[in-house]
Amino acid sequence: MEKIDVVIVGGGLAGLSCAYALANKDLQVIVVERGDFPGSKNVTGGRLYLLPIKKMTGDMLDGAPFERKVVRERWSLLGDENSFTIDFTSTVLREKNHSYTILRSSFDRWLSEKLIEKGIFVIPKYRVDDVLWENDSIVGIKAGEEKIYANVVVAADGVLSFIGEKAQLKPAMVPQNYAVGIKEIIELPESTINERFNVGSSEGCAHLFIGDVTKGMFGGGFLYTNKSSVSIGIAIGIKALMDRAPLIEAHNLIDSFKERYEIKKLIEGGVISEYSAHLIPEGGFEGLSKLFGNGILIIGDAAGFALNMGITVRGMEFAIASGIIAAETILKAKEMNDFSQNIMSLYEKRLKETFVLKDLYAFRKIRTFLENEDLFSYYPRSFPELIEKIMWFGEGKKRKIGSTLWETMRSTGMLSFKRLKNLYKIKDI
Amino acid sequence: MKVEEKLALNVFKNDKESHIKIHQDICRKKCLTRFCISVCPAHLYSFNEETKEIVVEFAGCLECGTCKVVCKEGAIEWIYPKGEYGVQYRFG
Repeated sequence: MEKIDVVIVGGGLAGLSCAYALANKDLQVIVVERGDFPGSKNVTGGRLYLLPIKKMTGDMLDGAPFERKVVRERWSLLGDENSFTIDFTSTVLREKNHSYTILRSSFDRWLSEKLIEKGIFVIPKYRVDDVLWENDSIVGIKAGEEKIYANVVVAADGVLSFIGEKAQLKPAMVPQNYAVGIKEIIELPESTINERFNVGSSEGCAHLFIGDVTKGMFGGGFLYTNKSSVSIGIAIGIKALMDRAPLIEAHNLIDSFKERYEIKKLIEGGVISEYSAHLIPEGGFEGLSKLFGNGILIIGDAAGFALNMGITVRGMEFAIASGIIAAETILKAKEMNDFSQNIMSLYEKRLKETFVLKDLYAFRKIRTFLENEDLFSYYPRSFPELIEKIMWFGEGKKRKIGSTLWETMRSTGMLSFKRLKNLYKIKDI
Repeated sequence: MKVEEKLALNVFKNDKESHIKIHQDICRKKCLTRFCISVCPAHLYSFNEETKEIVVEFAGCLECGTCKVVCKEGAIEWIYPKGEYGVQYRFG
């Protein structure tokens, strides 16, 4: 029985980063990918934050096909008929390489080509059906009749991770731990995007929305500018969709979002060229899978490494970092010639020293905080209402600003004991 | 634009065999909610009033797996399409 060193299941950012960190180390590494090419089954909102992974990626992302550097952050509360937006830009966003919008089909494919040049085998169109066991160790994978034996199997097969499930690492998928993202690509000329979003060439905007976009359900809308397209969509908690009475058809939400006055002009004349959907792990720290076993590590979305921080949702830098740290562990295991969980456990230990588990742990209470439905219905209605009252000049005498503010805050219940008590919880997150 | 028209913009390489199996007996006996119909982003699920069966048009599947998560009764048996089949995102 021929045994290679590592088989990585899934050619997304986690799997490819792991393979990259294993390249040129005298190891036999194979990446298997079920799509036509790496990237062909992947979807992001989305943007990638670079600074958390800067030190560990080395030259991996040199020459990467980024779409635009995010220099403008927008955040909108959508009432039923009005809205209130924060628009933030700064020199530091423009000068530092903070975050970039990307499209996964081209991004992941580019990274896989870089890997192939380094002598890593990337096998596309390859669906893995099962893992191979020997006593209580994983010793390889099975695809149809074909078996690949390896010292280490890396489960990098994404949020649905069938490998994690078969290897008994991944907990059963419960609706409260997942959101569904639904997205359209709308193509627009590069210059039109620059003008409409008030950004320079290769600069872009990231815009998040809460409120009417999900009809008050847990979740939000997003709009990211790419070079010559925008990624527009919604992400919505699956449990929230199931609890809604009467049920709302999820696919209709994106259409009503695009009809909003705030959006309509931004995408006018654009051509829809793709429609996609993907699950997002939102279980946070509590929702993580067991991270290692004998002969196996689990990385990226498969492990549950994503974090909804309210102000943004992060995932891809967690995927990249976990892939690289998995590779470090594998190198150590190879050196010791021990692929049991004694050595595999170093992976979790190292993750705890990096932002991956540090951030997931530090933000572990945010999920409960975000379960407060006021955040998605009451506040997105009340804030724009407040602004409307202040900005409105009617026929009669204009009421004093301060007293309008105070009266509206009181009458809409913003200062009620219940809301202030919930607001007080902000100190924990 | 209707969701069917949106799906028509995507690249799909479809297998003859469906990667989604529905156990109608479980649907009939246990399911009152039919969440699969409302949550699917591609709107592929429907209820056939004549045959009293849940029908899924697997060919337009975006492979998100939402239906699998909402089907608490376990009536939906969902696996990835075979290698080289299914949706192939050009943007992602």
